[in-house]
Amino acid sequence: MGANLAVIWDNLTAFFSRGSNIVFTGLAVLIISAAVLMINYNKIVHMVLAMAVAFIGLGGLYVLLAAEFVAIVQILIYGGAMTILMIFGIMMTRHTNQEEQPRRPVFNALLLVGVIVLFGLLFYAIQGTAFVTGPALDPGADNTAAIGELVFNNHVIPFELVSVLLTVAFIGAIVMAKREEE
Amino acid sequence: MDNILPSYLILGAILFCIGLYGALSKKNAIIVLLSIELMLNASNLNFVAFAKYGPAPALSGQIFSLFTITVAAAEAAVGVAILLALFRNRGTSDVVEMDHLKH
Repeated sequence: MGANLAVIWDNLTAFFSRGSNIVFTGLAVLIISAAVLMINYNKIVHMVLAMAVAFIGLGGLYVLLAAEFVAIVQILIYGGAMTILMIFGIMMTRHTNQEEQPRRPVFNALLLVGVIVLFGLLFYAIQGTAFVTGPALDPGADNTAAIGELVFNNHVIPFELVSVLLTVAFIGAIVMAKREEE
Repeated sequence: MDNILPSYLILGAILFCIGLYGALSKKNAIIVLLSIELMLNASNLNFVAFAKYGPAPALSGQIFSLFTITVAAAEAAVGVAILLALFRNRGTSDVVEMDHLKH
């Protein structure tokens, strides 16, 4: 028992001796608590703001993973645009901003059990897999430039398809949200 | 403990499960959309984590996550537009009351 504790303690000190691991733990705690708060808050605007905190924390994790461009995109699109869009949606649909108490206690309890079982399965699978570490990632001298070169050399067709998809989706959104004239 | 990849994967799994719970239990459609965004973010985190710590690290993972973010933005825009149209026609944003096809 004591030996076990000593091993755990050694692992923990080894884990926290690296600065990036400390930052990872802090950001992970921030993100998970923001997500859980989102589930627990009663007012919808508070939920959206908690979600914004989680999105920005994820942006911090991307910086830690040497993906600066993705981090900035995450903060711009999720932390900014998505949050504002959702707040607009709330302002234009809700009259009372309270989320009523759940009327389906049995459903929610079953759902909670199902979600916990799913997480248990994922946890078991992740813990049981021996991950091979490859060579270190070469993010390029300039992450943004490297990503740009890859996008416009190797991934041009997906890029163009995605731009068409975005255009179509936004035009469709405008047409659907437009007030119909009688 | 020099490989931190499982930690990222487990964080992604936690976020996915929280998002799944929110998407299936919340009644306001906006919050359901937000929970779906949380699930998409969890998958993005996996992409970027594998792009750095996977067996073959490459920038392709980051590019894939950029595509996912784009598609998620399109999905959110269309979702909010559908919500507005539905709210205008039926006066509700409660997903429990969105049961046209039942009747």
